[in-house]
Amino acid sequence: MSASLLEVDRLRMHFFTRAGVVRAVDDVSFSIGEGRILGLVGESGSGKSMTGYSIMGLIDAPGRIVSGRISLEGRDIATLDAEGRRRLRGTKMAMIFQDPMMTLNPVLRIDTQMIEAILAHEKVSRESALARCREALVKVGIASPDERLHSYPHQFSGGMRQRVAIAIALLNRPRLIIADEPTTALDVTIQGQILFEMRKLCRESGTALLWITHDLSVVAGLADEIAVMYAGRLVEHGSVDEVLDRPRHPYTRGLMYSVPASNARGRPLRQIPGMTPSTLQLPSGCAFRERCARADAACQAEPEYICTPDGCGARCFHPHDDPFVLPFEAKEPVA
Amino acid sequence: MAEREDSPFRRFAAEFAESRLALFGLALLVCIATVALLAPLVSPQNPYDLAQLDIMDSKLAPGEQSPLGKTYWLGTDDQGRDMLSGIFFGLRISLLVGVSSTVIALALGLLLGLIAAYAGGWVDTVIMRVVDIQLSFPAILIALVLLAVLGQGVGKIIFALITVQWAYYARTVRSAALVERQKEYIEAARVLALPPGRILLRHLLPNCIPPLIVVATVQVAHAITLEATLSFLGLGLPITEPSLGLLIANGFQYLMSGKYWISFYPGLALVLTIVAINLVADQLRDVLNPRLKR
Amino acid sequence: MFAFTLRRLAQSTFVLVAMSFIVFLGVYAIGNPIDLLVNPQADEIERARATVALGLDKPILEQYWIFLKAAARGDLGRSFVYNVPAIDLILSKLPATLELAFAAMLIAVPLAIPLGLVAGLKPDSLIGRAIMAGSILGFSLPTFWVGLVLIMVFSVSLGWLPSNGRGETTLLFGVPVSFLTADGLAHLILPAFNLALFKLSLLIRMTRASAREAMLQDYVKFARAKGLKASRVIGVHVLKNILIPIVTVIGLELGSVIAFAIVTESIFAWPGTGKLLIDSINQLDRPVIVAYLMVIVGLFIIINFVVDVLYSMLDPRVRLGSAAAH
Repeated sequence: MSASLLEVDRLRMHFFTRAGVVRAVDDVSFSIGEGRILGLVGESGSGKSMTGYSIMGLIDAPGRIVSGRISLEGRDIATLDAEGRRRLRGTKMAMIFQDPMMTLNPVLRIDTQMIEAILAHEKVSRESALARCREALVKVGIASPDERLHSYPHQFSGGMRQRVAIAIALLNRPRLIIADEPTTALDVTIQGQILFEMRKLCRESGTALLWITHDLSVVAGLADEIAVMYAGRLVEHGSVDEVLDRPRHPYTRGLMYSVPASNARGRPLRQIPGMTPSTLQLPSGCAFRERCARADAACQAEPEYICTPDGCGARCFHPHDDPFVLPFEAKEPVA
Repeated sequence: MAEREDSPFRRFAAEFAESRLALFGLALLVCIATVALLAPLVSPQNPYDLAQLDIMDSKLAPGEQSPLGKTYWLGTDDQGRDMLSGIFFGLRISLLVGVSSTVIALALGLLLGLIAAYAGGWVDTVIMRVVDIQLSFPAILIALVLLAVLGQGVGKIIFALITVQWAYYARTVRSAALVERQKEYIEAARVLALPPGRILLRHLLPNCIPPLIVVATVQVAHAITLEATLSFLGLGLPITEPSLGLLIANGFQYLMSGKYWISFYPGLALVLTIVAINLVADQLRDVLNPRLKR
Repeated sequence: MFAFTLRRLAQSTFVLVAMSFIVFLGVYAIGNPIDLLVNPQADEIERARATVALGLDKPILEQYWIFLKAAARGDLGRSFVYNVPAIDLILSKLPATLELAFAAMLIAVPLAIPLGLVAGLKPDSLIGRAIMAGSILGFSLPTFWVGLVLIMVFSVSLGWLPSNGRGETTLLFGVPVSFLTADGLAHLILPAFNLALFKLSLLIRMTRASAREAMLQDYVKFARAKGLKASRVIGVHVLKNILIPIVTVIGLELGSVIAFAIVTESIFAWPGTGKLLIDSINQLDRPVIVAYLMVIVGLFIIINFVVDVLYSMLDPRVRLGSAAAH
């Protein structure tokens, strides 16, 4: 395995609100190697975006990192001060967000928004910065970059804007890119293109990619490894083949069943019963137990994250052991 | 955590009480209103009863005593009137004019706003055009011109204040009603052919109330200020029914000779009233704002 | 753009004419100016002659028609009191009012934006709260009372600044202005500040609200993710976004400042159109009142129009339209 570029070790990030403490990120650990892609999967409220923000250092009061280690290229960055964090952002680590219409400033020109990303960290001439911007735009597949540079965000389509955002992320040759649902707001066809291009870029430049999404099918084709989060906790982690062929955690299985493609035609879509608990009122012990068919008295205690010899793990007292088979092929009962 | 049955009003009161400043404002307001209502009873003197006045007592400084041993806590004006009493009576009139004009303007604006929202079409356009045009001119200008035309008198100033204010309510109500109108239960009511009046009253109305309360509270303060300004300029209430504005105007000429109290204390009373109202209004706005709900 | 301009122009003309009618009707219904202007001992014949001379005997609608025709020519009647064309009277006093209004805005705006930004970015800090409390105060206090207090403190007690009149004026492009002389400036300070206070509070609150909203936007997150310094995120990204609505508000407030000047001018005896208006009302000088209102309405319409154009120029989304191409 290549050396880990990013290591997250038992990260905890809490929000201290008037209504109570929200454990947005609760004991999350994973690592990503150079040129590798990790898909972080979970529903909204599972803490996946917050994990991304914590790594980037974009957490504001009333939230803060409570414990744990984040190391980038071997250096612990969680303990850096604000200025230290700022210097890493946009240089060693870059982030792409979900809705590019909102993430690009509507009243500033594209070239302004691109050049400032360079000039914030290096003293170079405007001309050379512009040249780099042009290169970056071409790299993400935008022809006629000069025209684009003089335009405003609202003059582009969604896919184009997201490409610009990606280009901005690539400007300073980051070692790590965190992508927070970047294709959710786009057409399916554009989605496919962008996925493909991101994968290519990462392989070519050795950049690690953390792809945050709620959509399992997206990461299935893209990622090398998958990590699943629920209610702020990491519940399963492994290579993409392992997680998709033999999901251990009941929640992961539930997610797989609810993907429309894995349901038979004409039958009602399978759903995980119940609803995601509010983060202020998590059940004690295993957060998933109230929705799990396999839960019993043992689940009242908090399960630890158990790693198996073959490299993957699950946070469960009763993990599955068998391969995942699509229901309409199997004869055995579900879950 | 034990579940408590909280009535909406109790919850509202609890949220309101979260701001100590607002509670202070409320307390102040209650004091002022009480004093104003009971003015004839609590004032040391009836400043408009000429028999009680002694011109020899004129222009006494606050706290000074008259030759007869009467202490004037806030001094006297040029006619020998006790400032404290003058302020109480003045508050009474100011509050009366402010509140009554607001209430009537609210009713009028509510009616027109609901009609505009519900009827739509050209009725809506006409009403809103008038509202827009009126709101693009400063209130003081409109009021000035109206009073220049109508002359002085309590009724006339109330009329002017109503004319100036109704547009705000109409606009607020219409916005709230339009939002409600698009909701499905209104469609349902319409389909069931409920009489429009009923739909208006039972459905659209309750949802327009919270923003209205906020606007109305602030508007009372505006109305009081406007009335005081107009009276100060000589166009508002006649001398026989002096509001705080007139008192301030009366005392203005004595400012340069150092007899500041004739203007200053009525002004202070006015300011305290308005600040109290605004404090309450601010908290009301925060509490009733649906977008800030957690 | 052309069609837009044309439409606005047509709308404005309509408003102008409608206003003139309302104003005319209302103002000409007050009292009987004859009683004021003619010697009370004059007999009936003299009064009749004066009535005809001033055109007060004709029916209202005919008077209005005459008025409209004359107005189109720029003639809004002669002042009953000063016997000069009303429009000339207004225009001669207008520079004083405009100077006051601009001075007030010049005080309010450069103070309001930074203060509002601070209050918006650090709402729970001591200074943030202090600014908000101050703005509530400034908002609540009646302008005339503040003027009173200013006079009390700065003129009477401390004796630093004059509280009356305009002081020395010099000519700037043929228009008398007072800010170019020390004496004039001293006279300008108190009334300008008085006028500015209310607007200052309003603008602070607006800036604060806009800043708070802007900080929650995604483009701020993205800007920070690029590693931009906080000063740039706020000073460029946030500021440019909130300036657009604020500029339009400032433009609109200018109109209302001119109207509010009525009170300030009365208190400080500043010889502008506001004071003229009050005097005219008290003296029943109808032509002047009408002329004033027409000029004000005209000013408002011009200001509204300019603000609309300014807005469409500043916001690139409006200016360039959306061309979601390719």
